[in-house]
Amino acid sequence: MTNSAVRMTGVVKRFPGVVANDGVNFEVLKGEVHALLGENGAGKSTLSNILTGLYRPDEGTIELNGSPVVFGSPKAALDAGIGMVHQHFRLVEPFTVAENVILGNPETPFVIDTGTTAERVAELARRYDMAVDPNAKIWQLSVGEQQRVEILKVLYRGAQVLILDEPTAVLTPIEAEALFRTLRAMTAEGRTVIFISHKLDEVMSVSDRITVLRGGRTVGTVNTRDTSTRELASMMVGRSVEFSRVVRQSPADPGNVVLSLTNVNCEDDRGRQALHEVTVTVGRGEIVGVAGVAGNGQRELAEVIAGMRSSTGGTITVSGNEVPNGRARAAIAGGVAHVPEDRLHTGLAAGHSVEDNMALKNYRTPLLSRFGLLKRNVITSQAGDLVSKYDVKTPDTATPVRLLSGGNVQKVLLAREFSTNPRVLIAASPTRGLDVGAIETVRGRLVEAADSGVGILLISEDLEEIMSLADRIVVMYEGRLVADIPASQATREQLGLLMGGAKMEVTR
Amino acid sequence: MKSPIRLERRLEQPRWLNWAIPLISLLGALVVGGLVLLATGKNPLDVYWRILDRGFLSERSITGTLRTATPLAFTGLCAAAAFRLGVINIGGEGQLYVGAVGAALVGLWMGGSAPVGITIIVMVVAGMVFGAMYASIVGVLRSQFNTNEIITSLMLNYIAGIILNYLIFNSRSYWRDPRSVGFPSGKPLEERTHWPTYELFGFSVAFGFLLAIAAAVVLWVIYKRSRLGFEIGIIADSPRAARYVGIRTKWTIVAVTAMSGALAGIGGASQVGDFAHYLDAKGLQLNNFGYTGIVVAALARLNPLGAILVAVLLGGLTNAGYSLQGPDFPSGLVGTLQGLILFTAVAGEILTKYRLRSNRAGTKAVAA
Ligand SMILES: Nc1ncnc2c1ncn2[C@@H]1O[C@H](COP(=O)(O)OP(=O)(O)O)[C@@H](O)[C@H]1O
Ligand SMILES: [Mg+2]
Repeated sequence: MTNSAVRMTGVVKRFPGVVANDGVNFEVLKGEVHALLGENGAGKSTLSNILTGLYRPDEGTIELNGSPVVFGSPKAALDAGIGMVHQHFRLVEPFTVAENVILGNPETPFVIDTGTTAERVAELARRYDMAVDPNAKIWQLSVGEQQRVEILKVLYRGAQVLILDEPTAVLTPIEAEALFRTLRAMTAEGRTVIFISHKLDEVMSVSDRITVLRGGRTVGTVNTRDTSTRELASMMVGRSVEFSRVVRQSPADPGNVVLSLTNVNCEDDRGRQALHEVTVTVGRGEIVGVAGVAGNGQRELAEVIAGMRSSTGGTITVSGNEVPNGRARAAIAGGVAHVPEDRLHTGLAAGHSVEDNMALKNYRTPLLSRFGLLKRNVITSQAGDLVSKYDVKTPDTATPVRLLSGGNVQKVLLAREFSTNPRVLIAASPTRGLDVGAIETVRGRLVEAADSGVGILLISEDLEEIMSLADRIVVMYEGRLVADIPASQATREQLGLLMGGAKMEVTR
Repeated sequence: MKSPIRLERRLEQPRWLNWAIPLISLLGALVVGGLVLLATGKNPLDVYWRILDRGFLSERSITGTLRTATPLAFTGLCAAAAFRLGVINIGGEGQLYVGAVGAALVGLWMGGSAPVGITIIVMVVAGMVFGAMYASIVGVLRSQFNTNEIITSLMLNYIAGIILNYLIFNSRSYWRDPRSVGFPSGKPLEERTHWPTYELFGFSVAFGFLLAIAAAVVLWVIYKRSRLGFEIGIIADSPRAARYVGIRTKWTIVAVTAMSGALAGIGGASQVGDFAHYLDAKGLQLNNFGYTGIVVAALARLNPLGAILVAVLLGGLTNAGYSLQGPDFPSGLVGTLQGLILFTAVAGEILTKYRLRSNRAGTKAVAA
């Protein structure tokens, strides 16, 4: 196998509580675009960080061009010809493109000849079909252009193997096309590209071969020519396993709509459109699962409904009443409860006590305050009641929530949200990061709430969770709802395809 | 390259640390200061006794101490109020000047006619309003444009100083004494506008100092018991959580900055009404009350009632410093002692958040 560029064998990497890579085997040939495909958390970034010397593997070997190597640092890997373009850029904003490219390069002379450097950078950019002005300052550039600078940085250092970690996540489709042309130009010169993604279409169109990771293990490597998005989807999410649907005390009443979104649009923090004409309803006692790979608009969806983010179009109603745009207090008053994915710093104020956090949603009500002054004794007794009712393990109600364990943090949050007697609950990744016991408890609480008539929008990346809890499943992809399927008819394979962006007949 | 001791963040901050640490810091400062004094050939016990006597023991010295403490209490409260929200308003200095301008304006204007009580109340209110308006420039810039309030409030201090000078040096200024020939000075206020002084426990206490205590109590209630205080705490702890529950963060920033400026403004009004009885452009700028107020707030750990206490302590220390100074006692040494006390107090502050750990005893250190 003389034309093997990189071979990783039996790579194991453990983090506290998780095995991120669990015996990964991965081989990349010279001159190919090799895609590394997998869901979030599959271990893709960890594997590439090992290859570039950022992490050291607990077990396993790495061979570069057939000879074993051990990298102590990203610099050592770069010296050996392996360069990485990270998910998050590492550029100096007030500097020019050319300056960033030569920054940290040991060959850079003490006195910099900006003219020649700029020319060399421009020449490199032309060769790989990357439009970027070497004299522009980084802060003036679009995200796509900044990414090109990152690529130029590693090319300038003479990298033969380039790793790009989810490069298209931040790009517009047109920018992504341009990136693919650049990658082709590089492999045509004999360089090797490792392309990390969870998007099926992209992987199909840009790669020569594909390795799929799932749960830290290699599922397999296939030739792109010989595979299909369908096969990749099932490799990515796993063959449908047996799982039990939760038994409900009282059935959902989808006809009695408690939450309805009609053609809702909104922008993300950077002003890009994050939701496109989202239309969905949740009935009384119904659990609607929102499946999708993180970053496809789920956070914005939750925030728009909770009034934390203004929509740029469309209407949201709760029990038939329109909720004023972007006003969290109005949403709360209207009966919207929200368990955000970032529990400790959005759903709770981590430095505050359990009792303050329990009062976060109703401290303005006459129950807890009068004439602008808080009734501290009522706040304490309210918290005491909720702590015992929801079995929160805490020394006392004055303990800051940041000292509680993850499961108990989530219990505090759920206790408070349910104590407001909501009509609608938005739950974003409500069990992520919890241990098995806590997951059970949280799921039990959600089902209990649904049984009592709360309409729940369950946003989760965990397909099993959605399939076992939801009555109906919608799939989000790039800010759009691409499917709306009764949970009883959904298959993992089909959901995996939709989550990866495969076009499909929408079953209604 | 590994030091034998490292700082480790405390998970919890036990309550007793709140008073134990300042006390221990003070003792430490006295010990180190004593060594310095010994090295310069002075008897430390003797010097410390003189500081205590001149600053805090005799009736006359207490009167002087409270006088110096009054503006420091207000600027200390000003800093504490804003810092609680995480707004670093260091503009207490300028807000105090502007408050003095406002109080002097209404004092001069109402002086002869209105009833005494009303005049004084209006002077207090004018100081508050002027200070609040001036500070809200900082608040609005921060909340609307996310400008750095440290820079804006610092710049506004210089501007306020220039305004102050202009109001006295401009020959047609309402605040200027037309009779002041040669060196211009502020127009004296009618005697009826002078704020009362109370004889309490044998020493005289200015009305302004009582106002400061009242303001501290109000501020304490706001932070401990009120809805606004609750919201301020949430914003400071987690801006995202504040957004999540719909707290109006921008409005709160403006309101709190204005409140902070109002406190410094009363301090300025008190300088006019209690002590100077005219707009004393030079005197106001001489003492750095605003900047010392930041130290007061820091030492009081942003506790309003603590700020009063610290202001009295610093006031006494300042006055004792003046009276110690002399041919046998250079002012540099006074400054050194004062500096040492502040330094150890601030250093001690670290120990409430962190604790010392031996590196050898612990398990192998993880690279951070
Ligand atoms: N530095 C780290 N510390 C602890 N856990 C980590 C760390 N990096 C990754 N993980 C965990 O390892 C798993 C794999 O993560 P990652 O390699 O980032 O996945 P991917 O890039 O495929 O989304 C996840 O469960 C993640 O939480
Ligand atoms: Mg990743």
